[in-house]
Amino acid sequence: MTHSGTAAPPRARIAEVPEKIPVTLSVNRKPAKLLLAPWTTLLDALRDHLDLTGTKKGCDHGQCGACTVLVDGRRINSCLTLAVMQEGTEITTIEGLARDGELHPLQQAFIDHDAFQCGYCTSGQICSAAGLIADGKAKTADEIRELMSGNICRCGAYPNIVAAIQQAMERS
Amino acid sequence: MIPFQYTRATDVADAIKQIATDPSAKFIAGGTNLIDLIKYDVAAPTRLIDISRLPLRNVEETATGGVRIGAMVPNTDLAYHPLVEERYPLLSRAILAGASQQLRNMASTGGNLLQRTRCFYFYDAATPCNKREPGSGCSAIDGVNRINAILGTSDSCIATHPSDMCVALAALDAIVHVTGPAGSRSIAFSDFHRLPGDTPQLDTNLQPDEIITAIELPAKGFGANYSYLKIRDRLSYAFALVSVAAALELDGDTIKEARLALGGVAHKPWRSSAAEAALQGQRADTSAFAQAADILLRGARGFGHNDFKIGLARRAIVRTLDQAARGTPQSISDKRIR
Repeated sequence: MTHSGTAAPPRARIAEVPEKIPVTLSVNRKPAKLLLAPWTTLLDALRDHLDLTGTKKGCDHGQCGACTVLVDGRRINSCLTLAVMQEGTEITTIEGLARDGELHPLQQAFIDHDAFQCGYCTSGQICSAAGLIADGKAKTADEIRELMSGNICRCGAYPNIVAAIQQAMERS
Repeated sequence: MIPFQYTRATDVADAIKQIATDPSAKFIAGGTNLIDLIKYDVAAPTRLIDISRLPLRNVEETATGGVRIGAMVPNTDLAYHPLVEERYPLLSRAILAGASQQLRNMASTGGNLLQRTRCFYFYDAATPCNKREPGSGCSAIDGVNRINAILGTSDSCIATHPSDMCVALAALDAIVHVTGPAGSRSIAFSDFHRLPGDTPQLDTNLQPDEIITAIELPAKGFGANYSYLKIRDRLSYAFALVSVAAALELDGDTIKEARLALGGVAHKPWRSSAAEAALQGQRADTSAFAQAADILLRGARGFGHNDFKIGLARRAIVRTLDQAARGTPQSISDKRIR
């Protein structure tokens, strides 16, 4: 929670830059020990420190959904959380969905339905859809559209994305 | 992002102690608004005190038949909680009308109250903004103000409060429980958010050294006759231009009690006891709804681009009251407004 009551003096900065801090994450079922500046977002930690570049940086402001990952099975925007805040959670990225060389049903469904054009939003779409299916709140196409609205596709592949999710849902 | 330190609070007492010793620190819970504000150079805390792990995640019934919601309950969990879905469906619908599932998974109940305006100028550090930098001026009054307020504005600020959840909490007469160095107190929801006046930098009456611990809902949930209607520029995942929370208690066709709150039009959820009193004892029909709308919108004033909100709000109020009276609340996923 922010302190909305206080008008933070915009440039009342601390003299010393804080030191990096040890952060232990669990990403795709593997532990990762990192030394991070406290202000490192989970997104930057994944991409820049763990070389997991499947997770994309789109807007970096929680408006596009390209950075969607699963934390304890629930989808979040990795650009709007600090890596250090995710200690003790289980993080799943697009790289962690396939098992034993076999594509996740959603990955296969996105291929089957040609559910992308440029592909930049796709990792986020698939992680978000995995969270959607786990939530179990969407049954109809309308409900899928509503609960996937946090993922923008600039190419406009939405009808195919909905079809792909429906396929994966039926088979899950 | 600008550099800051990071610490964790072990319990509420520790959180209060930490914030007291470091006035330029801020609490972080879900982070969905604060981290964004830091990225935009609008907030510049020297330290973030992580309160997301505090044991404030229960939703439980109170002795008086209401429900007490811990401040760290994620928005998603609250919207889908059986007690809320059954007894306070207005709140559930309002939460699900806001943000995206990703953001609702992250955002906390307490943090939702404390999110800051999405006025374009507040976010643009290159422009004057009295809320961001007191005394610098308001760029919205003579600027692009399509999304800005029509009620309760001042010469200093025409920002709106962005929350959907808060509109329902206002209509339901929620109580905000807070704790600070001087102990705990409770704040009526209508007293929690402020109008801008000449201090638009202050969004709420929460003191800088206080923390929200819980939101309490009184027993009355208006589960039979309610609706939350949100009008926005796209069909999902956009802030409200106008939103309406309506709740009725009916005796046949007659209104025994009415609650009515607007979002997207003011610096806080907008209610009027006169508008609600005018509905009491009336037949639940369009003429009564239109009269209530006129009272609720009394004094509404546009600033050019947002003039349309006055007529839009009037029609939305009538429609939402009608949906509530018919017992056919606005669907979240079916976007047709009936």
